[in-house]
Amino acid sequence: MIEVLGWISLCVGVGFTVLGCLGLVRFPDLYNRMQAATKCVTLGTCGIMLGVFLRSGFSALGVKALLCALFVLITVPVAAHALARGSLIFGVKLWKHTVKDEFTDDRGSESIIEEDK
Amino acid sequence: MTVLIVVLSFGAFFCLYRALQGPSISDRAIAVDIMAVIFSSITALVALKYKLSYLIDLSIAIAVISFVGTLALAKYLEGRSLDD
Repeated sequence: MIEVLGWISLCVGVGFTVLGCLGLVRFPDLYNRMQAATKCVTLGTCGIMLGVFLRSGFSALGVKALLCALFVLITVPVAAHALARGSLIFGVKLWKHTVKDEFTDDRGSESIIEEDK
Repeated sequence: MTVLIVVLSFGAFFCLYRALQGPSISDRAIAVDIMAVIFSSITALVALKYKLSYLIDLSIAIAVISFVGTLALAKYLEGRSLDD
Protein backbone atom coordinates (compact mmCIF):
# COMPACT_ATOMS: atom_id res chain seq x y z
CA MET A 1 0.00 0.00 0.00
CA ILE A 2 2.73 2.47 1.03
CA GLU A 3 4.69 1.32 -2.02
CA VAL A 4 1.80 2.17 -4.36
CA LEU A 5 1.28 5.55 -2.66
CA GLY A 6 4.97 6.29 -3.18
CA TRP A 7 4.75 5.50 -6.91
CA ILE A 8 1.63 7.67 -7.28
CA SER A 9 3.35 10.56 -5.50
CA LEU A 10 6.45 10.25 -7.70
CA CYS A 11 4.38 10.20 -10.92
CA VAL A 12 2.25 13.20 -9.86
CA GLY A 13 5.41 15.12 -8.95
CA VAL A 14 7.10 14.41 -12.29
CA GLY A 15 3.91 15.33 -14.19
CA PHE A 16 3.58 18.68 -12.39
CA THR A 17 7.26 19.48 -12.95
CA VAL A 18 7.11 18.81 -16.70
CA LEU A 19 3.89 20.82 -17.06
CA GLY A 20 5.56 23.72 -15.23
CA CYS A 21 8.52 23.60 -17.62
CA LEU A 22 6.09 23.58 -20.56
CA GLY A 23 4.54 26.73 -19.09
CA LEU A 24 8.02 28.24 -18.89
CA VAL A 25 8.32 27.80 -22.66
CA ARG A 26 4.77 28.69 -23.75
CA PHE A 27 3.57 31.66 -21.68
CA PRO A 28 3.77 35.18 -23.15
CA ASP A 29 5.75 37.31 -20.68
CA LEU A 30 8.17 36.99 -17.79
CA TYR A 31 5.65 37.23 -14.96
CA ASN A 32 3.28 34.60 -16.39
CA ARG A 33 6.22 32.29 -17.01
CA MET A 34 7.50 32.79 -13.48
CA GLN A 35 4.06 32.07 -12.05
CA ALA A 36 3.64 28.80 -13.97
CA ALA A 37 7.18 27.58 -13.41
CA THR A 38 7.59 28.26 -9.70
CA LYS A 39 4.16 27.01 -8.61
CA CYS A 40 4.26 23.77 -10.57
CA VAL A 41 7.90 23.00 -9.87
CA THR A 42 7.53 23.61 -6.13
CA LEU A 43 4.55 21.26 -5.91
CA GLY A 44 6.23 18.74 -8.19
CA THR A 45 9.48 18.68 -6.25
CA CYS A 46 7.60 18.29 -2.98
CA GLY A 47 5.70 15.37 -4.54
CA ILE A 48 8.92 13.71 -5.70
CA MET A 49 10.58 14.12 -2.29
CA LEU A 50 7.46 12.80 -0.55
CA GLY A 51 7.54 9.81 -2.89
CA VAL A 52 11.21 9.18 -2.06
CA PHE A 53 10.30 9.34 1.65
CA LEU A 54 7.35 6.95 1.25
CA ARG A 55 9.45 4.43 -0.69
CA SER A 56 12.48 4.46 1.59
CA GLY A 57 10.86 4.90 5.04
CA PHE A 58 12.53 6.42 8.09
CA SER A 59 16.08 5.91 6.83
CA ALA A 60 18.74 8.58 6.28
CA LEU A 61 17.51 8.93 2.68
CA GLY A 62 13.86 9.43 3.57
CA VAL A 63 14.28 11.96 6.36
CA LYS A 64 16.74 14.04 4.34
CA ALA A 65 14.31 13.97 1.41
CA LEU A 66 11.62 15.42 3.69
CA LEU A 67 14.07 18.13 4.81
CA CYS A 68 14.84 18.94 1.18
CA ALA A 69 11.11 19.17 0.39
CA LEU A 70 10.60 21.62 3.28
CA PHE A 71 13.57 23.71 2.12
CA VAL A 72 12.35 23.88 -1.49
CA LEU A 73 8.82 24.74 -0.30
CA ILE A 74 10.19 27.75 1.59
CA THR A 75 12.94 29.03 -0.70
CA VAL A 76 11.65 28.77 -4.30
CA PRO A 77 8.66 31.14 -3.80
CA VAL A 78 10.91 33.59 -1.91
CA ALA A 79 13.43 33.62 -4.76
CA ALA A 80 10.69 34.05 -7.37
CA HIS A 81 9.14 36.93 -5.42
CA ALA A 82 12.46 38.72 -5.09
CA LEU A 83 13.22 38.21 -8.77
CA ALA A 84 9.78 39.47 -9.86
CA ARG A 85 10.15 42.60 -7.73
CA GLY A 86 13.66 43.16 -9.05
CA SER A 87 12.53 42.85 -12.67
CA LEU A 88 9.58 45.23 -12.14
CA ILE A 89 11.97 47.86 -10.79
CA PHE A 90 14.50 47.05 -13.51
CA GLY A 91 11.74 47.63 -16.10
CA VAL A 92 10.95 44.31 -17.75
CA LYS A 93 7.81 44.87 -19.84
CA LEU A 94 4.41 43.35 -19.02
CA TRP A 95 2.37 41.55 -21.68
CA LYS A 96 0.46 43.86 -24.06
CA HIS A 97 -2.98 42.47 -23.04
CA THR A 98 -2.37 43.18 -19.35
CA VAL A 99 -5.47 44.75 -17.76
CA LYS A 100 -4.18 46.30 -14.54
CA ASP A 101 -0.72 47.17 -13.23
CA GLU A 102 -1.10 48.21 -9.61
CA PHE A 103 2.61 48.34 -8.82
CA THR A 104 3.42 51.22 -11.18
CA ASP A 105 0.05 52.88 -10.39
CA ASP A 106 1.04 53.07 -6.72
CA ARG A 107 4.56 54.27 -7.48
CA GLY A 108 3.26 56.90 -9.90
CA SER A 109 5.91 56.06 -12.49
CA GLU A 110 5.17 55.52 -16.16
CA SER A 111 3.51 52.31 -17.29
CA ILE A 112 5.68 49.38 -18.31
CA ILE A 113 2.98 47.53 -20.27
CA GLU A 114 4.33 46.54 -23.66
CA GLU A 115 3.12 48.66 -26.61
CA ASP A 116 0.62 47.00 -28.98
CA LYS A 117 2.18 46.87 -32.42
CA MET B 1 12.06 4.82 -12.30
CA THR B 2 14.27 5.28 -15.36
CA VAL B 3 11.25 6.59 -17.29
CA LEU B 4 10.60 9.21 -14.62
CA ILE B 5 14.24 10.38 -14.73
CA VAL B 6 14.13 10.68 -18.53
CA VAL B 7 10.86 12.66 -18.44
CA LEU B 8 12.36 15.04 -15.86
CA SER B 9 15.36 15.51 -18.15
CA PHE B 10 13.00 16.61 -20.94
CA GLY B 11 11.63 19.21 -18.54
CA ALA B 12 15.18 20.43 -17.95
CA PHE B 13 15.60 20.73 -21.74
CA PHE B 14 12.54 23.02 -21.87
CA CYS B 15 14.18 25.21 -19.22
CA LEU B 16 17.42 25.18 -21.22
CA TYR B 17 15.52 26.48 -24.27
CA ARG B 18 14.16 29.38 -22.19
CA ALA B 19 17.60 30.06 -20.69
CA LEU B 20 19.19 30.30 -24.14
CA GLN B 21 16.28 32.13 -25.84
CA GLY B 22 14.86 34.33 -23.07
CA PRO B 23 14.39 37.98 -24.05
CA SER B 24 15.31 39.48 -20.66
CA ILE B 25 17.93 38.60 -18.07
CA SER B 26 15.23 37.60 -15.55
CA ASP B 27 13.95 34.92 -17.92
CA ARG B 28 17.37 33.34 -17.97
CA ALA B 29 17.68 33.64 -14.19
CA ILE B 30 14.35 31.95 -13.43
CA ALA B 31 15.02 29.23 -16.04
CA VAL B 32 18.39 28.39 -14.47
CA ASP B 33 16.81 28.42 -10.99
CA ILE B 34 14.05 26.00 -12.06
CA MET B 35 16.67 23.85 -13.82
CA ALA B 36 18.65 23.57 -10.58
CA VAL B 37 15.52 22.47 -8.69
CA ILE B 38 14.86 19.84 -11.36
CA PHE B 39 18.46 18.59 -11.06
CA SER B 40 17.92 18.34 -7.32
CA SER B 41 14.89 16.08 -7.85
CA ILE B 42 16.76 14.00 -10.45
CA THR B 43 19.53 13.48 -7.90
CA ALA B 44 16.97 12.34 -5.31
CA LEU B 45 15.50 9.86 -7.80
CA VAL B 46 18.97 8.49 -8.63
CA ALA B 47 19.66 8.13 -4.91
CA LEU B 48 16.42 6.15 -4.52
CA LYS B 49 17.06 3.96 -7.59
CA TYR B 50 20.61 2.90 -6.72
CA LYS B 51 20.17 3.03 -2.89
CA LEU B 52 22.95 5.62 -2.51
CA SER B 53 21.80 7.60 0.52
CA TYR B 54 24.67 10.12 0.38
CA LEU B 55 23.42 11.56 -2.93
CA ILE B 56 20.48 13.22 -1.16
CA ASP B 57 22.98 15.58 0.55
CA LEU B 58 24.02 16.72 -2.92
CA SER B 59 20.35 17.36 -3.69
CA ILE B 60 20.00 19.68 -0.66
CA ALA B 61 23.26 21.46 -1.57
CA ILE B 62 22.10 22.16 -5.16
CA ALA B 63 18.84 23.68 -3.84
CA VAL B 64 20.73 25.94 -1.37
CA ILE B 65 23.26 27.20 -3.95
CA SER B 66 20.62 27.99 -6.58
CA PHE B 67 18.54 29.89 -3.99
CA VAL B 68 21.49 32.08 -2.98
CA GLY B 69 22.42 32.76 -6.61
CA THR B 70 18.91 33.80 -7.64
CA LEU B 71 18.55 36.06 -4.60
CA ALA B 72 21.87 37.78 -5.38
CA LEU B 73 20.78 38.42 -8.98
CA ALA B 74 17.41 39.79 -7.80
CA LYS B 75 19.17 42.24 -5.48
CA TYR B 76 21.43 43.30 -8.34
CA LEU B 77 18.44 43.96 -10.63
CA GLU B 78 16.78 46.02 -7.92
CA GLY B 79 19.78 48.32 -7.93
CA ARG B 80 20.97 47.83 -4.38
CA SER B 81 24.35 46.62 -3.22
CA LEU B 82 24.59 43.06 -1.95
CA ASP B 83 25.14 43.94 1.72
CA ASP B 84 22.15 46.11 2.62
